[in-house]
Amino acid sequence: MSDLDLKLHVWRQAKRDTKGNFVTYEVKKVSTHASFLEMLDILNAQLDAKGEEPVAFDHDCREGICGSCSMMINGRPHGGRKGTTTCQLHMRFYKNGDEIWIEPWRASAFPVLKDLCVDRGAFDKIIAAGGFITANSGSASDANDVLVPKEQADRAMDAAACIGCGACVAACPNGSASLFTAAKMSQLHHLPQGQPERARRSLAMVTAMDAAGFGNCSNHYECEAACPKNISRDVIAEMNRDYAKASFAHRENRAKSDGA
Amino acid sequence: MKLESRAPTGPIEQGWENTKFSMKLVNPANKRKYKVIVVGSGLAGGSAAATLAELGYDVACFCFQDSPRRAHSIAAQGGINAAKNYQNDGDSVHRLFYDTVKGGDFRSREANVHRLAEVSVDIIDQCAAMGVPFAREYGGTLANRSFGGAQVSRTFYARGQTGQQLLLGVYSALERQIGAGKVKMFPRTELLDVVTEDGRAQGIVVRDLVTGTIESHSAHAVILATGGYGNAFYLSTNAKGCNVTATYRAHKKGAGFANPCFTQIHPTCIPVSGDYQSKLTLMSESLRNDGRVWVPKNEADCAKKPDDVSDDQRDYFLERKYPAFGNLSPRDIASRAAKEQCDDGRGVGPGGRGVYLDFRDAINRDGQNKVAEKYGNLFEMYERITGENPYKVPMRIYPAVHYTMGGLWVDYHLQTTIPGLFCIGEANFSDHGANRLGASALMQGLADGYFIAPYTLGNYLSGIQANSLADTKSAAFKTSETEVKAKLDKLLGIRGKRSVDSFHKELGHTMWEQCGMARSKESLTLGISKIQKLREEFWSDVTVQGTQDSLNQSLEKAGRVADFLEFSELMCRDALEREESCGGHFRVEHQLDGEAKRDDTNYCHAAVWEYAGANTPAIRNIEPLTFDNVKLATRSYK
Repeated sequence: MSDLDLKLHVWRQAKRDTKGNFVTYEVKKVSTHASFLEMLDILNAQLDAKGEEPVAFDHDCREGICGSCSMMINGRPHGGRKGTTTCQLHMRFYKNGDEIWIEPWRASAFPVLKDLCVDRGAFDKIIAAGGFITANSGSASDANDVLVPKEQADRAMDAAACIGCGACVAACPNGSASLFTAAKMSQLHHLPQGQPERARRSLAMVTAMDAAGFGNCSNHYECEAACPKNISRDVIAEMNRDYAKASFAHRENRAKSDGA
Repeated sequence: MKLESRAPTGPIEQGWENTKFSMKLVNPANKRKYKVIVVGSGLAGGSAAATLAELGYDVACFCFQDSPRRAHSIAAQGGINAAKNYQNDGDSVHRLFYDTVKGGDFRSREANVHRLAEVSVDIIDQCAAMGVPFAREYGGTLANRSFGGAQVSRTFYARGQTGQQLLLGVYSALERQIGAGKVKMFPRTELLDVVTEDGRAQGIVVRDLVTGTIESHSAHAVILATGGYGNAFYLSTNAKGCNVTATYRAHKKGAGFANPCFTQIHPTCIPVSGDYQSKLTLMSESLRNDGRVWVPKNEADCAKKPDDVSDDQRDYFLERKYPAFGNLSPRDIASRAAKEQCDDGRGVGPGGRGVYLDFRDAINRDGQNKVAEKYGNLFEMYERITGENPYKVPMRIYPAVHYTMGGLWVDYHLQTTIPGLFCIGEANFSDHGANRLGASALMQGLADGYFIAPYTLGNYLSGIQANSLADTKSAAFKTSETEVKAKLDKLLGIRGKRSVDSFHKELGHTMWEQCGMARSKESLTLGISKIQKLREEFWSDVTVQGTQDSLNQSLEKAGRVADFLEFSELMCRDALEREESCGGHFRVEHQLDGEAKRDDTNYCHAAVWEYAGANTPAIRNIEPLTFDNVKLATRSYK
């Protein structure tokens, strides 16, 4: 395969509260074996050589598991290839002469910090509200004391594959974090260990999600299409069911305690 | 430098139990008065921070990533060992202990390794209770596999994403404590100095990576859980952000650095494809359970399609050389064997630096579905990167830097040579000796964080006054802040011609060539002189764009590369002075029939380097290692 010459339109923004804009760059002779991020490394080396500030973008493991990389490529999170993060997107999917538009995640709950870097701290807040099982270190009984049917363990694992990158939020017209939140709930709710806190967790996580400024789900399912780990939208239905049940139970409990 | 191991004496099985009983406790009502800083939020740091907060301490946790969930522990694929013996195949705490000491080529401390094996069983219980979705049998019990040179099935796993799932478990425990107000989390914050006062660690100086603000934080004790230094080689399987800065700067403040030359080269990585390459991707070692490693017998067949090389023309070299362990030979041995075949001209793929990892026989035996169930996500990952389908064409793999066994020297309490400064996980030197066994890194990180540091830290704190928290306005903190700022200003002020990355790449190339899989006196001497020259050039010709008071990734990298440029020389010197071959450290002068030749008479010790000033060579101290429970023997996998 031959090398690529590309025209890039990259979002540049100095700080959180400054205005940003697209800047056009040309990169030449990019190997088709390079990853998308390696292509940006080449761009940054060019900028460096010219005395310009390189483009800031989040990245770390570069093997599709840490969830750091976060960019809209031609309007699609991670470039839109099924089950692929930006760091694993390879340049062989592009043609010589292509124009590529590169932007940060766009969501009110994810403010831009600089260029392509956004603040995804809102995700951590949702987990802090209830995305855990309360089990202090040292308190566990033998792991085989609690049996977990393989099918349930597999479904928990399917949901647990979420890497917290935020593509679901970026893809959603409402900027909703439903897929992210529901995936964590689904993991814990398919396991016997997750049952004691099920109602509490459902209420707390959904409340935290709303409080963090994410929008509501209105069933576009763009999130599922954009998810680099192929998390199924079914988890959102599970979340809605859990939330409804927990809300009723919560009202009943409150009524009882009010009456006592 | 005083190296007192504080390892318990007497029967090894009772060592940890006795130590726990002899350690002093902090009154539960007083714990909240003690502040502990944890740097790093991976398996070790995250689990320590969460556990210390559960116990009641006032914890502050720092990570350079945007969230604690992204620490590099997340990338571990294959699994975590534990001596549960759920498979009834003869495993025991003693066997895991024995395997780890032997696998480490007798360069670890027996007492530490035994404790690791003991607490391994608790880790699995804890993780299952926290909702880690481990693989299960149909009956609902936990599934196991054999992994990386073990002859028992003691490895627990969650598909090919075990590190991710364990880290997310740790992260959820940590977030629970953050939500409860017990841990204050500082993401996108990087440690730039450790502050000592009155002979003990009292705090750290950090840079807020978003605003550039330099800040001091004081504490009664500091734990470093900042991972390994494999990125000294530039190309490695480590995440791009992994660095030596925290541990190296602690070293400059007086912490001994042990065995820096012990680096692990992992045999199954996707080979390098070009100059633009920014990192190497590991293919889990679990693949060697079913994949067979081979190269053509004849150089002439190397360019042929693998299908066109008939069975009798294939050299399954691991099965040939090590019939007892075959494709499951330990990492150091498998890596060197692959290099040998390629050096012999029988490598495959671009540049001849690759060997096949072939699943043809497994697919014929078990069917594609069974193979996909075990390794599906790894096969997909391979195809995404290389564009080749490993169900049809054998994978091509080559060794790459993966893990570092060296690290800050710690005693049995995981305390460095600086009182009050603890070091856990990959960042310390501890348990893996000269070679780490597969699925043991996750085990060690969680053992240190969940079950060891929380005890030993309490013992330390019980001897410190709660009202003695250092004032960050004191001279020690201010001096440190001034030095940190001056270094950043210097990096920004050089305005030379070469990028930070170009220096890092050149350093990595030098390290790989001169201090990689095979080392000699000649190569290491040459390596040191090249590094010295490169370091000089760096400080006169590097260019760093942008400013100090903003998010500036070039500046972050520059600081880390500056530290690698000093630290790499220490790695080479350590390799040069260790006149033997052991584990991942292979000196070509010391071999017997192509295998590593250990020298237990002169080198049965940990080499602990003491910083002696900017232009003075570090001083080599030793901690002698004794083996009372595992007989010192030549490691053979034949």
